[in-house]
Amino acid sequence: MNQQQAFERRIDEALHNAQLRQNFRSAMDGIRQRRAEQFPDEAQLQALREQVQSIRSYSLQNQADLLEKLEAKLTENGIQVHWAANPEEANGIIANILKAADAKTVVKGKSMVSEETELNHYLEEQGIEVIESDLGEYIIQLAKEPPSHIVAPAIHKNRVEVAELFQNFHPELPYTENIDELTETARVILREKFAKADAGISGVNFAVAETGTLCLVENEGNGRLSTTAPELHIAITGIEKVIDKLTDIPPLLEILTKSATGQPITTYFNMISRPRQEGELDGPKAVHLVLLDNGRSRIRWDDELLDTLRCIRCGACMNHCPVYVHVGGHAYGSVYPGPIGLALEPQRLGLDKAGSLTSACSLCGACGEVCPVKIPLPKIINRLRAESVNNQEASTVSGKGALRHVSEAWIWKLWSMSYGSPALHKFISWAGTRMSSLIPNKLGAWTHYRTRPTPAKRTLHELAKSAGIAND
Amino acid sequence: MSTPSRVYFFGTCLIDMLYPNAGMAAITLLQREGLEVIFPQNQSCCGQPAFNSGYRDEALKVARSQLNLFNEDIPIVVPSASCGGMMLHHWPELFEGQPDRQLACDVAARVVEFADFLANTLQVNLQDKGEPTYIAVHHSCSAQREMNVASATDKLLAQLNEVTVERHQRPTECCGFGGTFAVKQPDISGAMVEAKTQAICATSAKSVISQDCGCLMNITGYAEKQQHDLKGQHIAEFLLERTS
Amino acid sequence: MTDSRAHILNRLRHHELTPQAKAPVYQKPLGLSKAQRIKSFTEKQQAVRGEVVLLNGSWTDWMDKHFKDANLLIGTGELGDQASNLKNAKAITHYDQPVESWKPDLFEQIDVSITTSHAGLAESGTLILKPTPQEPRLMSLVPPAHVAILDANRLYENFAELMSAEDWSEMPTNLLLISGPSKTADIEQTLAYGIHGPKRLITLIVNHD
Repeated sequence: MNQQQAFERRIDEALHNAQLRQNFRSAMDGIRQRRAEQFPDEAQLQALREQVQSIRSYSLQNQADLLEKLEAKLTENGIQVHWAANPEEANGIIANILKAADAKTVVKGKSMVSEETELNHYLEEQGIEVIESDLGEYIIQLAKEPPSHIVAPAIHKNRVEVAELFQNFHPELPYTENIDELTETARVILREKFAKADAGISGVNFAVAETGTLCLVENEGNGRLSTTAPELHIAITGIEKVIDKLTDIPPLLEILTKSATGQPITTYFNMISRPRQEGELDGPKAVHLVLLDNGRSRIRWDDELLDTLRCIRCGACMNHCPVYVHVGGHAYGSVYPGPIGLALEPQRLGLDKAGSLTSACSLCGACGEVCPVKIPLPKIINRLRAESVNNQEASTVSGKGALRHVSEAWIWKLWSMSYGSPALHKFISWAGTRMSSLIPNKLGAWTHYRTRPTPAKRTLHELAKSAGIAND
Repeated sequence: MSTPSRVYFFGTCLIDMLYPNAGMAAITLLQREGLEVIFPQNQSCCGQPAFNSGYRDEALKVARSQLNLFNEDIPIVVPSASCGGMMLHHWPELFEGQPDRQLACDVAARVVEFADFLANTLQVNLQDKGEPTYIAVHHSCSAQREMNVASATDKLLAQLNEVTVERHQRPTECCGFGGTFAVKQPDISGAMVEAKTQAICATSAKSVISQDCGCLMNITGYAEKQQHDLKGQHIAEFLLERTS
Repeated sequence: MTDSRAHILNRLRHHELTPQAKAPVYQKPLGLSKAQRIKSFTEKQQAVRGEVVLLNGSWTDWMDKHFKDANLLIGTGELGDQASNLKNAKAITHYDQPVESWKPDLFEQIDVSITTSHAGLAESGTLILKPTPQEPRLMSLVPPAHVAILDANRLYENFAELMSAEDWSEMPTNLLLISGPSKTADIEQTLAYGIHGPKRLITLIVNHD
């Protein structure tokens, strides 16, 4: 089964799952509403977007210098910096740090980058226990599923499904569908893990080069616990996350939380600059940062496509996507779903592996409208479509031309010949209108859902001519 | 902009073949305002279908064949925000690196969407001569986000005293047409048009009005198959009907 | 490993991007008076179940009244010295040992902690905490209730104002923005409080008039 067929199969499954569709519709309606309430003033919103776009563009323009500066400052602060070109390297680095510290149990805060590298799976194979501590991540860890949304990983599950999961794994506790009770259960179970874990692993929302500071955004407190209670903390992030100055943080933080969950601010914003210092009584004694490339430096080679790297992983694009709401995150079969997934995954993995994702988009533009850093997502998605059928020009995107089919190429060739020539066009139009009764009633997928469109008896060209409308 | 006395009309391939009456209604409304309308007979298509499928060379060939049909420095009125958007916003991108890019940009810069032209350039005054009625309005994604001309439809309809616009649920959400998207991802498109049509039919609207015939074809085609009683009209047809 | 570093930096430098000026430093002046700041802070905290008290009198009197028979955790600075005034605490623990020596008790025995705060932010209802050897990080995180004392004269409009008013060129080990008790909406997008961090966050505002 090729990537297109696999994708179609997943879409089909999702569209037939009425519960899933209901869960997503309800969740997305709520999130859209809450985000809108955070931005009552249109002019202010646009000014803020300009601000953060400029900050993120600056990061990409000066990326190498800023990463070196970040590394120097972190090192000066006592945080150890590691560079990983690909997932295997990143996983290996992290496993080695854990083994050197004889760490057997790890509590983990949410990290999409660790999903890219499949870190949990790798560590478990090394005999290291990994416990996801974010409630949503914990739920899907029990369910053995990947996240279906980059901010709310268990968004596809309703309370009954969660209740059943908890009951399976903790049969000693009474069954409940009450959300407060389920939350309390999770608190009690995970609290013990925080207290006993040898190490904590986290992602990073922003890494500030000026001061050597790792910034983490969260509501639950599991991120702080994972990065403070154990003696060892390892953070992993993508190389595009570096930020120039501390004064860049306030607008980034504001637009991130408002765009992602419709909150003016999250419960906690955690700024880590050092390991435990002389005299301090808690906090990890060793802190590491792993910087992962995994295709990002290559994406940067194209002036149009590099805008993808501005992403601050808020999820607003998928929240507003009319496709995502119907199929949910798992249908994409990729680490990143929704519009950012369509832009990023074909570039990260290659068009031969993920190019067909770009078909799951009507180019409606809702994503580009809400993106806090003004990534022109529809433009990038459409550009990747062109790359996926491109068999001529050189491209920085790997797998170019992978989705070019001879039959489709011929259709467009014929189309361009007829529509590019007034005489041929006239003939085709005449044929289409005069012989419309010969067009079959069943037109494949279109007529599965709709009646067949009927060509008019005479084209607009003909009507205009008859009405004496001037030609020039 | 001072009111022009002559305008070009770019009918779009979809209207040409499937909804020519919408095109004639638009031309009639322009003529009624005293404009001379020019319809270059050699026009065909803006190139969008191929462009959105990734076949840029083919799109370029077709778009290029339109460039010399609109030489006079007068507006080019287009009864579609989708096609208008393609020309205005994407021709500069499509013609990147091409020797005739400047010409393409010059032509594109003169493109105006029909409802926008009527409401904001001509600033028409409309007299509603029809019976009271309830309609739904579907603002196409291109009208909302690409050309930012959705408000023009609202402005025109607001002048019709006997017309009540029924707001449907999630009005800004895509109807699922997306041109070739409806063919490439038919089941997702089907789910989207189902949601849009159900939302409209849940109101007391008898018909749906839009600036884009692609969306109308999609919604009314679905409604008809599901045996819902829902008419669809392009804004030009509706305005002409109400004001005649 | 060093190879990867050079490899990545080379790939980044392989493609030069035209530098553009960055936008000016973000400012968001709101023009709030002290009373308005206190009001805004209170409303934002209360909207997420934070509790705010305009403190008249001593914090020890307040704690005696509201946390009778509690096992209290306190630091070793000025607040720690004042703890001797408490009359109704079941137990007072001073955080004066490395956490490794008493972690189970920290997680299981403490009912409430009390700390100072570095500043506050009115617009978002946020406390700024700068943990120190005297007031370690886990104090504001592990106990199920956390009481923070906030000086109203150190209540800024927002994060941008705070950064422009102080020298932040050297960051402490850890700096925290805390805007309410712990919460999650991971199940059906429904808010539930007290998941991993404190279930109760109480701010005692001093110098409020």
